[in-house]
Amino acid sequence: MSTNIATREATWVRRSLLAIGLAFLFFFLGLPLFAVFAEALAQGVPVYLEALKEPETRSAIGLTIGIALAVLPFNIAFGVAAAWAIAKFDFRGKSLLITLIDLPFAVSPVVAGLVFILLFGAQGTFGPWLSAHDIRIIFAIPGMIIATLFITFPFIARELIPLMQAQGKEEEEAAVSLGASGWQMFWRVTLPNIKWGLLYGVILSNARAMGEFGAVSVVSGHIRGETNTLPLHVEILYNEYNAIGAFAAASILALLALVTLFAKTIVEWRMKKETEMLATVLAPEKTS
Amino acid sequence: MATKTHRVLPGFGLALGYTLVYLSLLILLPLGGMVLKASELGFGQIMDIALSERSLAAFRVTFGASLLAATVNAFFGLVVAWILVRYPFPGKRFVDALVDLPFALPTAVAGITLSTLYAGNGWLGSYLEPLGIKIAYTPSGIVVALIFITLPFVVRTLQPVIEDIESDVEEAAASLGASRWQTFSRVIFPAIAPALLTGFAMAFSRAVGEYGSVIFIAGNLPLISEITPLLIISKLEQYDVLGATALAVVMLAISFLLLLGINFLQWWAANRYKNEEPLEAAASRAVGGQP
Repeated sequence: MSTNIATREATWVRRSLLAIGLAFLFFFLGLPLFAVFAEALAQGVPVYLEALKEPETRSAIGLTIGIALAVLPFNIAFGVAAAWAIAKFDFRGKSLLITLIDLPFAVSPVVAGLVFILLFGAQGTFGPWLSAHDIRIIFAIPGMIIATLFITFPFIARELIPLMQAQGKEEEEAAVSLGASGWQMFWRVTLPNIKWGLLYGVILSNARAMGEFGAVSVVSGHIRGETNTLPLHVEILYNEYNAIGAFAAASILALLALVTLFAKTIVEWRMKKETEMLATVLAPEKTS
Repeated sequence: MATKTHRVLPGFGLALGYTLVYLSLLILLPLGGMVLKASELGFGQIMDIALSERSLAAFRVTFGASLLAATVNAFFGLVVAWILVRYPFPGKRFVDALVDLPFALPTAVAGITLSTLYAGNGWLGSYLEPLGIKIAYTPSGIVVALIFITLPFVVRTLQPVIEDIESDVEEAAASLGASRWQTFSRVIFPAIAPALLTGFAMAFSRAVGEYGSVIFIAGNLPLISEITPLLIISKLEQYDVLGATALAVVMLAISFLLLLGINFLQWWAANRYKNEEPLEAAASRAVGGQP
């Protein structure tokens, strides 16, 4: 018996593990993904395209993209600022701050929506003041943007913190000691270093922003053609037994998910390449 | 080290200040406001609402289904992570990328698709229902939706840990005469157990709060297949804002505890790794010897 055999599973074990794992993934991931498109195209391509042309579906697509775009700059600014403070400096309460950033991952989306109803709703803390000034937040687009912000703000920060910690601060310190201003250092040293991690976080937070259902559903008021994002529109069509319409709208979101997975895989591959390159550049320095 | 104390890098005040103001406005103020609103009720009344028959049933369904889903994912997630790291097979890169689908696919899409698949006339339901297995519009449907939604957690926490297992540990165990099963159960499994537990806890925590995918497949019958997030919404729709708030505060407290638990698990996993036992001890433990 060679050691090679004892450090690997017997062939029948390998084959059964492969079969179990792949069957599980087929039934729980592959089949549902396929079913979205199969159901959308169940009555042929023309019916599918007709369903997509419906004005309410179009306005839902527009609103979904609009909210995702509105949220993006806030999430980037927060992600970069939080990661800069946490990764490059030491201060008290840092781990508490990191836990706080993780909070939206643990809070139910329904609770996330509810807290803003309590603040801005008709009976909410700021409700009377808002209605006196004729400002609508709940059951309107501002509330949907705020709820999406709550759900998506950690994604970019969570990607950037470990990345910037791993990169250390020598490069930035060198730039500053050579006389670079803060902004010069940021644009020429920090940003090029974190660009792939930032893009990765943008991809993840964007996917969540476009797909968020629970939190947005609570604050939206479900006003057709006005406060309907694509995921909410899917629900309305499905509950009206308009299966083709619901799955046509769902197929757009599924396509978006596939684009997200593809982009994510490419960026992961780029990041891996970059860290490998960095490792080969740094290796001789460490040995000398 | 000395450079750390007088900060060379600029922007600390601005970055931290912005972070804290932003977090306060977006997270602390709203959550604090909710807790304040709930305090109008007082602890006793919150408990009365949370312990009413309908709420208790909803908690039972929510936590029971989440526990089942996380357990199923702990087992299959281990198998999937193992084959993705260790075994070559065609299309592996594609399968690996597909594991993140539940993170990328909107929950509403998952919900309508799963309920269509498992309904009596669906692709899977039409085979299962003649066997007496009803999934859609029953509590089992909730479990199926939660398995889908939380599938990536265990796989993604285990993958890097399985990749990091040094092959010489396994070789040492094998050369000391351990069978493959002994090596797995006494050397490999203890090494990956903290990550497995972390993935399980993350899956559970996500499942407890899940709403979008579940409501389509659950049937949503009060006392039977109604989850707590849905109960919060139905209270809200009946203008029972205080009732909804009371339940939400209980959910928030549970989320907090789960988050703290996950942080502790991650800390434990990292620290265990630091004081890892020597190679020989692990290897000899694998063959039943005393280290």
